[in-house]
Amino acid sequence: MAQPEDLLYSKEHEWVKLDGENATIGITDYAQESLGDIVYVELPKVGREIEQFFNVGVIESVKAVSDLFTPMSGKVVEINEALDGDPAAVNREPYGAGWLFKLKLSDLDEAKSLLNAADYEKTTAG
Amino acid sequence: MKRTALYDDHARLGAKLVPFGGFEMPVQYSSILREHDAVRHRAGLFDLSHMGQFWLTGDMVAPWADTLTTNAVGTMKPMQARYNLFCNPEGGTHDDTIFYRLENRWLLVVNASNADKMWEHLNANRPQSGVELENQHGKSSLVAIQGPRSVAMLQPHVDVDLGALKYYFCVEGRVDGVPATIARTGYTGEDGFELFLSNDAAPAIWNALLEKHRSEGLEPCGLGARDVLRLEAGMPLYGHELTEAITPVQAGLKWAVKTAKPDFLGKEALERQIEGDDFARIAGVVMDGRIPARDGYPVWHDGRVVGSIRSGSIAPSLDNKNIATALVEKAAATEGARLEIEIRGTKHEATVVSLPFYKRAK
Repeated sequence: MAQPEDLLYSKEHEWVKLDGENATIGITDYAQESLGDIVYVELPKVGREIEQFFNVGVIESVKAVSDLFTPMSGKVVEINEALDGDPAAVNREPYGAGWLFKLKLSDLDEAKSLLNAADYEKTTAG
Repeated sequence: MKRTALYDDHARLGAKLVPFGGFEMPVQYSSILREHDAVRHRAGLFDLSHMGQFWLTGDMVAPWADTLTTNAVGTMKPMQARYNLFCNPEGGTHDDTIFYRLENRWLLVVNASNADKMWEHLNANRPQSGVELENQHGKSSLVAIQGPRSVAMLQPHVDVDLGALKYYFCVEGRVDGVPATIARTGYTGEDGFELFLSNDAAPAIWNALLEKHRSEGLEPCGLGARDVLRLEAGMPLYGHELTEAITPVQAGLKWAVKTAKPDFLGKEALERQIEGDDFARIAGVVMDGRIPARDGYPVWHDGRVVGSIRSGSIAPSLDNKNIATALVEKAAATEGARLEIEIRGTKHEATVVSLPFYKRAK
């Protein structure tokens, strides 16, 4: 799957969709493919302040527990509650119905430390 | 890292390969859940060539093996297969295995991760005469077809009547013209067969089965699906429900411990354990909620830690409930007991159930 051009990416395989002071966060197609069948997602609580690149939750596949990091800092304003009953949405539509949480960003400059689609693509090559 | 004779086929099929028991093995091809579904409803094809195969010959094999194993070897009928365990003097488990009594030899299949240890154990205890051992680990292949459609899919390829082959028996036959030992055994909780083949013959048979039956739902399956299938079926996995410190009695395998046998390694300790009946044991656990229990998580009962999780997985055959095995004190292992599983610092409620979690309709 080609990386959507309108998103920013972290080296930890999360994507960010900027919308003014807000952002939607998910994991990339490469990440969901590496994890395999996702069976449980633990997201940060709404209202929590989280800091860029820190561990804020877990994603569990059939075989393994993986840490979830946030690619930007901010206050959690919404989480994707549908994943509780349908965690496999992250596998099916990592850039759509499988989004994870939304932030009110605390530092828009952090976006500069993220990658564009072409540069992210290079980190997953080979 | 060693490779099985089917390595190139796994790579071509796009398998994710992981190190297991010294071999690069497929953990999944498409998806663990999809492969699990194939085995429960149609059939799955597994490469198990990483498992240790030892050939045992000589007049003394059965009486000698009976001194090292908990289950009976000497009473096995020709072409019968039997689950068996090797213990240390304290009753802890060296390995869990299957013996196959073939026409002119015995075949012993051991876990890949224990193959070197078991080879040493057998040789260290070998009598001066009457037992010859041959290590076929890596030199012979093992392909399993498992699932309700396995008779229908395999029958056109073999020269024996599979319907007449009883569970835990085997037959010498031909698969696509090539000599093979065909056994009605498995590790998935479904009907199925295990094919013992030469390394030279394995790739052609693997590919012929997949090509002819993929349209009927046969899927190549990896070790990931195998682990979920065996856990649902309540079968132990060495290193989890059985270890050098966990006895077969603790693992609920008393049926495979024949204390009526004159003597065997670990017998005294196992008899004492059965007699005292006050030991930590493996219990089946179902989580109340959606969070998976994993190997190593602490288990609480009545306000204190009583043991830990040994295996855990989502169980597609049980409405995607999260199931697990736990090694816990006797009082916490009774059916219906309420447990709390500590996961990342938070306790999550669970209930003890009887094993197996899943039993196929006969």
